[in-house]
Amino acid sequence: MTKRVTLPRIGTEAAWRRAARGVLSAGVPPEDLRWTDSDAPQGLFDAEAQVPPATREIRVPRAFAAMSNAVIWHSDADRFDRLYAFLWRLQKEPRLIADRGDPALAHLRRMEKAVHRCKHKMKAFVRFREIGDPGATRRSFAAWFEPTHHTVEFTATFFARRFADMDWRIFTPDVSAIFEDGRLRFALDVPRPELPEDASEGLWVTYFRNIFNPARLKVQAMTSEMPKKYWHNMPEAASIPELIAGAPARARAMAAAAPTLPPARTTRVQAAAQAEAPDHWSAPKAGFAAALAGCTRCPLHSGATQAVQGEGPETAELMIVGEQPGDQEDLQGRPFVGPAGQALDAALQAAGVSRAEVYLTNAVKHFKYVTRGKRRLHQRPNSSEIAHCRWWLDAELARLHPRIVLALGAVAAQALTGDGARIMARRGQIEQGRHGGPVLISLHPAHILRTPDRNAQMRLHQALRDDIATAHAITSVGSNVSRAGS
Amino acid sequence: MASNGTYQEHMAKRSLKEKLAILSDAAKYDASCASSGSTRRDSRDGKGLGSNEGSGICHAYAPDGRCISLLKILMTNFCIYDCAYCINRVSSNVQRARFSVEEVVSLTIEFYRRNYIEGLFLSSGIIRSPDATMADMVRIARKLREEENFRGYIHLKTIPDAAPELIDEAGRLADRLSINVELPTDASVRQHAPEKSPDQIRRAMADVRLRRQAAKERSHTGKRPPRFAPAGQSTQVIVGADGANDATILGQSTRLYGSYGLKRVYYSAFSPIPDASARLPLVSPPLQREHRLYQADWLLRFYDFQLDEITGVAPNGNLDLEVDPKLAWALANRAQFPVDVNRASREMLLRVPGFGVKTVNRILGTRRHRRLRYDDLLRIGASMKKAQPFVTAQGWTPGALTDRADLRARFTPPPEQLSLF
Repeated sequence: MTKRVTLPRIGTEAAWRRAARGVLSAGVPPEDLRWTDSDAPQGLFDAEAQVPPATREIRVPRAFAAMSNAVIWHSDADRFDRLYAFLWRLQKEPRLIADRGDPALAHLRRMEKAVHRCKHKMKAFVRFREIGDPGATRRSFAAWFEPTHHTVEFTATFFARRFADMDWRIFTPDVSAIFEDGRLRFALDVPRPELPEDASEGLWVTYFRNIFNPARLKVQAMTSEMPKKYWHNMPEAASIPELIAGAPARARAMAAAAPTLPPARTTRVQAAAQAEAPDHWSAPKAGFAAALAGCTRCPLHSGATQAVQGEGPETAELMIVGEQPGDQEDLQGRPFVGPAGQALDAALQAAGVSRAEVYLTNAVKHFKYVTRGKRRLHQRPNSSEIAHCRWWLDAELARLHPRIVLALGAVAAQALTGDGARIMARRGQIEQGRHGGPVLISLHPAHILRTPDRNAQMRLHQALRDDIATAHAITSVGSNVSRAGS
Repeated sequence: MASNGTYQEHMAKRSLKEKLAILSDAAKYDASCASSGSTRRDSRDGKGLGSNEGSGICHAYAPDGRCISLLKILMTNFCIYDCAYCINRVSSNVQRARFSVEEVVSLTIEFYRRNYIEGLFLSSGIIRSPDATMADMVRIARKLREEENFRGYIHLKTIPDAAPELIDEAGRLADRLSINVELPTDASVRQHAPEKSPDQIRRAMADVRLRRQAAKERSHTGKRPPRFAPAGQSTQVIVGADGANDATILGQSTRLYGSYGLKRVYYSAFSPIPDASARLPLVSPPLQREHRLYQADWLLRFYDFQLDEITGVAPNGNLDLEVDPKLAWALANRAQFPVDVNRASREMLLRVPGFGVKTVNRILGTRRHRRLRYDDLLRIGASMKKAQPFVTAQGWTPGALTDRADLRARFTPPPEQLSLF
């Protein structure tokens, strides 16, 4: 014989959980129960069931608990029956909760979605009016709202988190939420109150009317997200029909209007502004740096943030040339500040060379990369890019006259000597550079970092340190290698 | 011609309502209204106003279909720049107005308390100098946060040439910063926005990324530095004002996402404005093109598509307006279909037209337990009208459908009858 379980309209969630645990532990099958809320017409069904306290622990998948917590607020009368029937099956088949193709679960998930949507729309479309003194320390607001489902209790805590420093009431035809002095309570069947006029509403309507762009009318996109059933409680919605009706004519008028002459103040305002504006971004105005910043000799400039120029004292006797800026160098505008830069710093330190006494630069001044997802992957510059960028490297060489240049890797070697092949065989040797001075061939720290074998990596680190030391020794002794250009 | 004196007098007489009308009208060409993805916070302690819970809320929709989440206004629409596409350019005869700091703060708070908005999106014309303008915007954000204890969302449009200290403070007060790249290529920026420097815009975006990066690194004492623009940075590019094709636009977006860790690139179909410049003739905004660009953008970010895959099937570099970019790719790569929903990899399922990320997750969850039939896919929420020719399931095979010559025609709308005007 079927019995009835009646759940209260306030505190439904806890009551449902208690009752479901009780009847489930007593082994009452779904077909023996009819679930209702206290608002449903009474007497249609059989006697009220005696819900026993749970006698054993009931385990449900976490996903079911979350789903049922939403579904119980749905407006369909059969929501509890459906939940209990599914819970009954779930006891034998816990994996059912992941089976999105199951018709019963699919139905519950649709109900869950409808309740979440209703909750979301309530968060969005409740419109408060001020009902107290605007100068009071604790201000007071109220709203009338008509939700599709029983979502007030489910949503009220959102308003409590957001509007904790004021009193507010959300009245609905169903359950009303009242928040006074930081305490939230609920009331049933409160009659619709008359809310006083609120001056801010006029400003809000003004905003709504003016933020609308009549040249891009998309009524369906609006109504699918803001269904008409909500409109009568939203002050701005009264303007919608008129805005839609007038839009085509407004758009046509804009297109048809002849261009006007600029106002007379235009040139004066612009001239005054140009005179005043300072520049904070260290963008150089003249000379080598300015020319480099504006370089468009090859296509690489279009993807990069900035050209990265060399860094170090103009009197440096050791110039170290890398390949090109990487991700961090491109963002910061300084050479050797990324992972490879840190490896170089370590090598300099180990060789007893201070970074401050060395001039650091790259063979190519713009970062070349391809994007993969959200990352930029370094790409090796091609011969044409290296050749175009040699203009800048040659200018740096001519300016500094370093006693020796350390070429890190193949690209630097190619730029400096015209030959980028067989680096491993050539490393540690001094060659004649195209600029006329000596070039010591070495390895690029990024290459060392990419070497998978740890022992090989250690050897390469050592090689780089040795080469730095060699180059440095040449600058300090200054003996047998003549200075470039002299 | 109004002399300077009468102009000022006229300004002083504008009511708050008139200013709001002018300065919201001036702000509507910025597409962004997002209020999501910032730090979670609320005001349960009773000492402040507002909350932020991760997902944004659209409090209303205008008849242009755009979400209204934030109070999106200009501080002033006076501007010393002369960008051809902009309603507020110095050479336009549009009505001008300027809010005081207090007015913006009060509007934000009063709108927020009535549950109209999630927060403020403040932008501005450039007045006097970039620094002076940015300083006023920062003052508004500071007053909201420090005097009104406002915990809602703040989005500040940063001015690329403003001083780094101002950008720094803006990032500590706001949830999101944005700088508009405006147009798809450096050449068009130079042509249409002569006072703006594309290099400067990129350096400013790099600066924001570096500051966000620094704010995530703990110091050696283990102390966390203050957060910097926790909802990230975004940008906007105007579509259809210059001759750039979609491949160029998406190429730029890909570089921006990769280089500066942007949260979003907004595409804004160039829209007729009142008192338009003679340099840019008005046409109706390419809304469908804008829509396709957003779809392609999504494929790049969430569906593991590579740029050349999308542009490779776009004739002359422009996306197909009739079918969405994923369907266009599938139609051009039919050799890879149909895929078996019961065996295919996640990556391949994501490539099926009509399957979204949620659908794919549900398929993967369900097929661990049993084989999926056609009806299961419907219940799961897949758009089978689209997916049908590209999948097999238990009891379903598209047969010759996948390779039919008229497959594309089944997805495209029937040719529109010409209408008489």
